[in-house]
Amino acid sequence: MTQKSNTPKKRERPLSPHLQIYAPQMTWVPSIMHRIAGGALAIGTLMIAWMLIAAAYGPEQFECFMDFATHPVGLLMLFGWSVALFYHMFNGIRHLFWDMGYLFKLQNAKRAGLVVFAATALATLLLWLPLI
Amino acid sequence: MTMKWEKTPLKSDMARAQGLGSAKSGTEHWMMQRITAVSNAVLMIWAIFSLVGLIGQGVDYQTFTLWLAKPLNAILMVLFIVSTFTHACLGAQVITEDYVHNEGFKTLKLVAQKLFFIGLGFACVFSILKIAL
Repeated sequence: MTQKSNTPKKRERPLSPHLQIYAPQMTWVPSIMHRIAGGALAIGTLMIAWMLIAAAYGPEQFECFMDFATHPVGLLMLFGWSVALFYHMFNGIRHLFWDMGYLFKLQNAKRAGLVVFAATALATLLLWLPLI
Repeated sequence: MTMKWEKTPLKSDMARAQGLGSAKSGTEHWMMQRITAVSNAVLMIWAIFSLVGLIGQGVDYQTFTLWLAKPLNAILMVLFIVSTFTHACLGAQVITEDYVHNEGFKTLKLVAQKLFFIGLGFACVFSILKIAL
């Protein structure tokens, strides 16, 4: 005895083309980068938490954190964190402009994307130059 | 994914809508994401220049805790934690909702990451207060 299903059987529909066939464009590339940077920053909260909790525990635990943070690997992570952060921040501001109804002309949206990349590079330089 | 109403096509429109959640808080998530985006932008500039400066100089325990114990720094750090963790929690929720299609695993993951951000955020705030007070 077979049970009759109420749901209509789904037909095989053509799928939209896969991501890799699209040429990189100033519209979707910054968009997916925004997500990836946001995801990385969300995981990066673990490092902030490690720093604060270690400092609350005492000198030994904090030294352990600092040993990692000032190790080349740790510094590279800190550098990556700052780049992701500046990018997410500037592109987030671009998103806020869209929310308010500006920059929807394709040309302006593209220009704003370039501004975001430039601002990210500039802010990263501004942050790290004094330390070198 | 099979929606609840698809299984019962003879039900009325009202019956289909029931149990799918209230529409009254529809914009809350979106709006909170924007509000914390603005507060993040301000607090982040302070936080990243302070923290990278301190860590880049190889700050020791004494200097770091004295710095964090200053009221302004402690207040800004608590605000920074609350603002960024809220924003990260909302953002991570959207990413999971977009990419995880198994209903059971999705629910489990959503609950787990929400608890993760609440727990970690609480631990951070407690640590700041312990150092500052």
